Amino acid sequence: MIYARRAWAVVWKDLLVERRSKETLNALAFFSLLLLFVFQFALGPDRERLAGVLPGLLWLGFVLAGLLGLGRTFVAERENDCWEGLLLAPGDKSAIYVGKLAGNLLLMLAVEAMLLVLFAVFFNLDLAGVLPALGLVVVLGTLGLAAVGTLFAAMTANLRARELLFPVLLLPVQVPVLLATVKATEAVLAGEPLGAVAHWLQLLAAADVVYVTAGLLTFDFVLEG
Amino acid sequence: MAGGEAVALLGANGAGKTTLLKILATLLRPTRGRVMVAGHDAVREPEAVRRHLGLVAHGAHVYEDLTARENLAFWTALGGARVPAADLAAALAAVELERHAGERVRTFSAGMKRRLSLARFVLARPRVLLLDEPFAGLDQRAKKWLEEYLQAFKAGGGAIVMATHSFGRELAVADRIAILAGGAIALEAPRAPLTADDVQRLYALHAEDAP
Repeated sequence: MIYARRAWAVVWKDLLVERRSKETLNALAFFSLLLLFVFQFALGPDRERLAGVLPGLLWLGFVLAGLLGLGRTFVAERENDCWEGLLLAPGDKSAIYVGKLAGNLLLMLAVEAMLLVLFAVFFNLDLAGVLPALGLVVVLGTLGLAAVGTLFAAMTANLRARELLFPVLLLPVQVPVLLATVKATEAVLAGEPLGAVAHWLQLLAAADVVYVTAGLLTFDFVLEG
Repeated sequence: MAGGEAVALLGANGAGKTTLLKILATLLRPTRGRVMVAGHDAVREPEAVRRHLGLVAHGAHVYEDLTARENLAFWTALGGARVPAADLAAALAAVELERHAGERVRTFSAGMKRRLSLARFVLARPRVLLLDEPFAGLDQRAKKWLEEYLQAFKAGGGAIVMATHSFGRELAVADRIAILAGGAIALEAPRAPLTADDVQRLYALHAEDAP
């Protein structure tokens, strides 16, 4: 109960700070819009060509927006030495990781929902029929991305070259998640049932479990430096 | 150190005052020696030590985009405590911030941020307070308030370690002084018989003339 209260405190604080500053959300919204314009101009109205590349483009958008958002996870903690405050707070530090992860997940899912709507509008897609299946793939993929991203954001938060190191560290670890999400998204957008992509979903779920567990077990060491 | 006692760590820049505070706060590991806080080893049992101490360093550990009340609610919840709103209000009143409870910290002065930082410890009641330059940047009213607060903390049985290189109100609070030079204690003495001028002379002798 105390653990949940501590994790919730972090989620509440992060979302409140974001609501007040709107720094991450505004940046991601404009970035997503820009990305869509570039894709639209590059691909044109050719639907056949579009069907082949759309899953990859969708996840490229999610990952790039995720990199921007996740990299800012501990920006607020650098002000007024709040990082020290987190360190000195008594109790299991993994609760802070859970809170940060949940906050990131909510923020990323909000941006992805917006991106998905914009994709549907820009590329004239009818997603209504595949939305539940696509939603499952997106949630599983985003959890994997956020789990490692939150941990690596903490690892690189106090480094001078953090903007460079963060994606360099994160992307190679994300290969299984990206592979599974793009393949599963491709099948779902083609109208295949979820059963047809069960193996990809299992890979995603397994990666999520491994990444979240690794985050829970190592966050204390990462925070302590 | 015993409960109810305050030690002022004096020393020139780079003497090791902040480093010592960080070691006591479990933020840094000592290269040698042993640190015990409230009966717990700071290296082996940092979590146990952290439950007994409060640190007010240069950064006030406050979020600029939260209000004073929200900051206090966050840090107490992160400590695992469920604190009623009335207690939060009382803690803010204790540090004379009740009129600013709903204002964002971004609009606060350095002194107000430091008082907000101390409000956490009004609720948590640590046994040890570690303060880095506690009176720096405060106006006269805030200095008077802080001196009274620290005297009351001592009277309640709390121990205080202050790092400073000024000889003002810190000395009025301190029961002992320790002059640091080159990372070691060059002189440790009871504060009581010494005047501010005496301390100044000792400081010049041990800190400023240190190799």
